[in-house]
Amino acid sequence: MSSTSLPVTATPGSPASASHPFRAGFQRWFSRLDWFVLPLAGAVAVLALWYLSSATWAKDLPNPTRTWIASKPYIVEPFAKRGELDQGILRFTWLSLILVAKGYAIALVVGTPLGFLLGISPLFTRALDPIIQVLRPVSPLAWLPLGMILFGGWKGANVSELAALFTIALCAMWPTVLNTAVGVRAIPQDYMNVARVLKLSRWKTLTKVMIPATLPYMFTGFRLSLGIAWLVIVAAEMLTGRPGIGGFLWQQYNALIYEQIILCILTIGLVGFVLDRLMSVVERRFRSV
Amino acid sequence: MSAYAELFNLSKTFPSPQGERVIVRNFNLTIDAGEFVTLIGHSGCGKSTVLSMVAGLSSITAGGLILAGRELTGPGPDRGMVFQSPSLLPWLTAFENVMLGINQVFFTAPLYERQQIAEYYLSVVGLADCMHRRPRELSQGMRQRVGIARAFALKPKMLLLDEPFGMLDALTRYELQGVLLELWRKNRIATLMVTHDVDEALYLSDRVVCMTDGPAAEVGDIVPVHFPRPRDRASVMEHPDYDPLRERLIEFLEIHAHRRPSAVPGERSVALTA
Repeated sequence: MSSTSLPVTATPGSPASASHPFRAGFQRWFSRLDWFVLPLAGAVAVLALWYLSSATWAKDLPNPTRTWIASKPYIVEPFAKRGELDQGILRFTWLSLILVAKGYAIALVVGTPLGFLLGISPLFTRALDPIIQVLRPVSPLAWLPLGMILFGGWKGANVSELAALFTIALCAMWPTVLNTAVGVRAIPQDYMNVARVLKLSRWKTLTKVMIPATLPYMFTGFRLSLGIAWLVIVAAEMLTGRPGIGGFLWQQYNALIYEQIILCILTIGLVGFVLDRLMSVVERRFRSV
Repeated sequence: MSAYAELFNLSKTFPSPQGERVIVRNFNLTIDAGEFVTLIGHSGCGKSTVLSMVAGLSSITAGGLILAGRELTGPGPDRGMVFQSPSLLPWLTAFENVMLGINQVFFTAPLYERQQIAEYYLSVVGLADCMHRRPRELSQGMRQRVGIARAFALKPKMLLLDEPFGMLDALTRYELQGVLLELWRKNRIATLMVTHDVDEALYLSDRVVCMTDGPAAEVGDIVPVHFPRPRDRASVMEHPDYDPLRERLIEFLEIHAHRRPSAVPGERSVALTA
């Protein structure tokens, strides 16, 4: 009985793969390359949608070919400077990055100590938490005019730059503030007991125990803050008309030259992605300690 | 002749919606210089509260503490503390963890002397080869060895051990009890340990203090343990007094385990000091 039933109940996969060697080979090939094939398929689908849209319902949208032709000079000569608002794409990116770096630095310098204070003092938290919760969701577009008013009276100052920095710093600060505060509150009591038993001074308790214990949280905040700072740059440059990737985008739109807008969007996205990756590498280093 | 360390009428109460909640009431105990005293009692009876009041980590509601002729207020490195969890700072190596306390206590000594102290104590607890590793690279037992080295390295006037081996497996616990006993034999620091392991209490201590169950825990019974030192586990367990003492401690714990907290009599006459 068993000898006759054996060939009938052979493993279910084997006759199929024997009769379709091509399919098995394709599956193996696909499983090795799907990391590449799937994203490519997604990109092609979006490109097709773009072509279709510009051909049908969005007549003003330049199709991918026209976009590429118009964008080429900005990509092949990324550092060219033909005029204040006509520069290579990386040169614009560089200008934007400098502005973001300054605003981001202000956000960290102000936000980290503020977060520490909030984490340490329940009194401080009760006093400031409501106002923080109200200010946090305010859009950069709303802060910028206020910055213009605040710094408008400063003689000889670059008002648009100060207003942009004010906006970036204010919008980007909150994740750092809130994550640092959470981190300080999450310091294990064991660590604080060690500090108390050893009678560490306030300064030593801060530098040897509290800051190292909070670092992973702080860097999560720093990463989120950087993402917001980069988001805000476009709005800040649009409204102030500063040269940069966002200023360029807005200027081309106003000049009815739509070809480079997509180029700007892609560049902003790519730079934001790279910044986030870089920060998560740093963040993971501190998390593993 | 006065005792080296004295806990008099130590009490702890918490305000609660139902009025004062008494955790520990009138806890009296004296510890001689170089004496090893163990507190046993059920989990949550308040024995750890007593210890953290002595450490200064928990505020004292009433009563007081005297150590080497001075009243204690607040925490300080004159009491070496070994916590139940090793409580090492994970971003520092074992060596740096020990150095943190040494730098605090021996700040007048030159750096190489301070480093020698740390290296000495880490070697004595058996970590000579891995003192520059971070806590996460060490086993639970090795981490607690660092905790013991950190406490002894400060040359404290008193040693406070809060269930130091409670989180370890039996084999590691035996090993570390040996490490602790060896260090203690060399340094003879007055020690107060909290545990609920009867065998551990008998093996290590000169006296075992049994605490009644909370709320309002007090000293219930004090059992002297006179096994000759230096001790080894086998000869302690073969000693004719071992089983009767063990019996006495377990009986005490069992009686108090069956007593309902609500049935605690207001006043109980107990032997307060040894």
